[in-house]
Amino acid sequence: MTSIMSKPPAKNSIVTVGAAGQASAASAEAPEIIRANGVSLYYGQNKALKQISLGIRERLVTAFIGPSGCGKSTFLRCFNRMNDLIDNVRVEGSIEIAGHDIYGPDIDVIELRKRVGMVFQKSNPFPKSIYENIAYGLKLHGTTQRSEVDKVVETSLRGAALWDEVKDRLHASALGLSGGQQQRLCIARAIAIRPEILLMDEPASALDPIATARIEELILELKKEFTIIIVTHNMQQAARISDHTAFFYLGELIEYDQTVKIFTNPGKQQTEDYVTGRFG
Amino acid sequence: MKSTAQDPAARWLTVRRGQHRRPWEWVAEKLIFCVALSAIIVVLLIFVFVGKESIPIMFGRTTSAAIQDIIRVEDFDTTSPARLRKYLDLSEQQYKDLDREAKLELMSLKAEAGKEAANDKDARVNTVAWRHLLLPYQWSGYDHPEYIWQPISMIHKYNIIPLLIGSLKATLVALLFAVPISLAAAIYVSQLASPRWREWLKPGIELLAGIPSVVLGFFALLVMATLFQNVFGYESRLNAFVAGIALGLAIIPVVFSIAEDALTSVPASYIQGALALGSTRWQAAWKIVLPAAIPGVFAAVVLGFGRGIGETMVVLMASGNASIMSASLFDSTRTITATIAAELAETVFGEHHYQMLFLLGTLLFAVTFVANMIADQVIHRLKKRMEGKA
Repeated sequence: MTSIMSKPPAKNSIVTVGAAGQASAASAEAPEIIRANGVSLYYGQNKALKQISLGIRERLVTAFIGPSGCGKSTFLRCFNRMNDLIDNVRVEGSIEIAGHDIYGPDIDVIELRKRVGMVFQKSNPFPKSIYENIAYGLKLHGTTQRSEVDKVVETSLRGAALWDEVKDRLHASALGLSGGQQQRLCIARAIAIRPEILLMDEPASALDPIATARIEELILELKKEFTIIIVTHNMQQAARISDHTAFFYLGELIEYDQTVKIFTNPGKQQTEDYVTGRFG
Repeated sequence: MKSTAQDPAARWLTVRRGQHRRPWEWVAEKLIFCVALSAIIVVLLIFVFVGKESIPIMFGRTTSAAIQDIIRVEDFDTTSPARLRKYLDLSEQQYKDLDREAKLELMSLKAEAGKEAANDKDARVNTVAWRHLLLPYQWSGYDHPEYIWQPISMIHKYNIIPLLIGSLKATLVALLFAVPISLAAAIYVSQLASPRWREWLKPGIELLAGIPSVVLGFFALLVMATLFQNVFGYESRLNAFVAGIALGLAIIPVVFSIAEDALTSVPASYIQGALALGSTRWQAAWKIVLPAAIPGVFAAVVLGFGRGIGETMVVLMASGNASIMSASLFDSTRTITATIAAELAETVFGEHHYQMLFLLGTLLFAVTFVANMIADQVIHRLKKRMEGKA
């Protein structure tokens, strides 16, 4: 289990709950775990994110929506500093996780990424066996005892609702799985190392409706233990699974509020146009 | 006219074959096919040519015994011309050109040589029989059976094992030296180096391939041999070790280049997945990228082996060229390739030594061919297993 933050919840600092009746008690009280302050990101000269500030609450699902190229994936990748891998990327502003500025000079990026897991848009299991895919992360973390690894492999696969399908072929190649199974394996791989925050970059965009439904069920299940941030193009998906939704457009955060409010009574015209399908 | 334009069948006529000819595509395709086919044919032709010359030895039709059953000069008229021709080691044309006197002269010379050699118990041994090519034999003057390659002597000794060992020794040293270095360089260049460094390193290492092997051999002969002797203090200055290291320099660019390509073509999504789990770049390269690229890396090593065992000039210059049967890397050694290069010009056309060198060529061809076949199978299996189809 993740530890509960000792920091007092910053109530309603960003989330402006319009209709009190629509806000669930849990989401309003959840403490803030991530805080972004004026984050701007440049690809060379090109400013991809413009002064974004928001807070993400613990053990809720936060959805990032917006048209292609609006910067939502880029922003997501700021939380585990995956943008560092791209040349000529510069980040301004600060992102604090539990009070630590993750772009600070004394941050160990490797340790950060162990605490902030990620699932990618395109499933990317390693070309190894199903078992080894999950054991790889464990070994990185120093879990080498066979029985312990076996146990975590099973619980992770169960957690990702994949166990029953693969338990008889744990040592077969992961590349032999179907697309939906591969994506769930990637989720299992991510949760096996017990991160506190799970970033999901359009995890179901390449999957059929049935596989998508399974992933969504899974996300609702995982929410009990992890703080989840999900980028999605699918508006219904955001409405179904998220507690809070942020709408991005052209690198700017247009609106961030409780999901119910974004979809039923958005504060900005642009948001309304987007969620009702008038553009994007 | 109007009616055809509106008739759907007529409008759709273009989807039928033969409505649009694409002659140039056809020509180009056939041309490329012919080029590819000719490559295969050339390889086959080379193999046939080399193999053809060694057929008599392969099937035991050649004899290299110093004395055969002597046909006495008096028996000239009673012996069949075919047998005489073979006895005198002449081609049909030569046999026709010589007159009776010359042939009688040759017969008496042969008989004399036979009498002279008769003191040696080995004189009647056919040294190109397979068991003498592969197994040790106690030659006269030796106190135990030995593997000996000594084609220029009264008794022509043609044991190929010392040469085979020599080739394998030099190649093994070369691979042991070159593979770790090339792989480390390939991993560094493809996974860890900054793009600026990569731009310098990759062509830099591949430039090694541009050094002519005779220059490399020269360098090994003069500089490396002395240096290593001073450092390791062994006895013979030119040996399998020096030749192997020099050979290694020749195969580093080959192994590096192919391994680097294999590592670079591993999907970036694997690396991202590994980094997102909290791997260091090094862990991702070692545990994810290298295993994913292993078929290509294996192919690189096999190609390096092929290049190493086939390389001639470097080993000819740096190995010392003594066909000694020894397990030590610090003894002079002699490879199959160097033997062919050094001896072929001095053989009598068509004679057993000549045939023997072609047999060595065939052997070399077979070794690389079998190695490539096995490697191909292994790579195929590795790929299948990785993709989950096996």
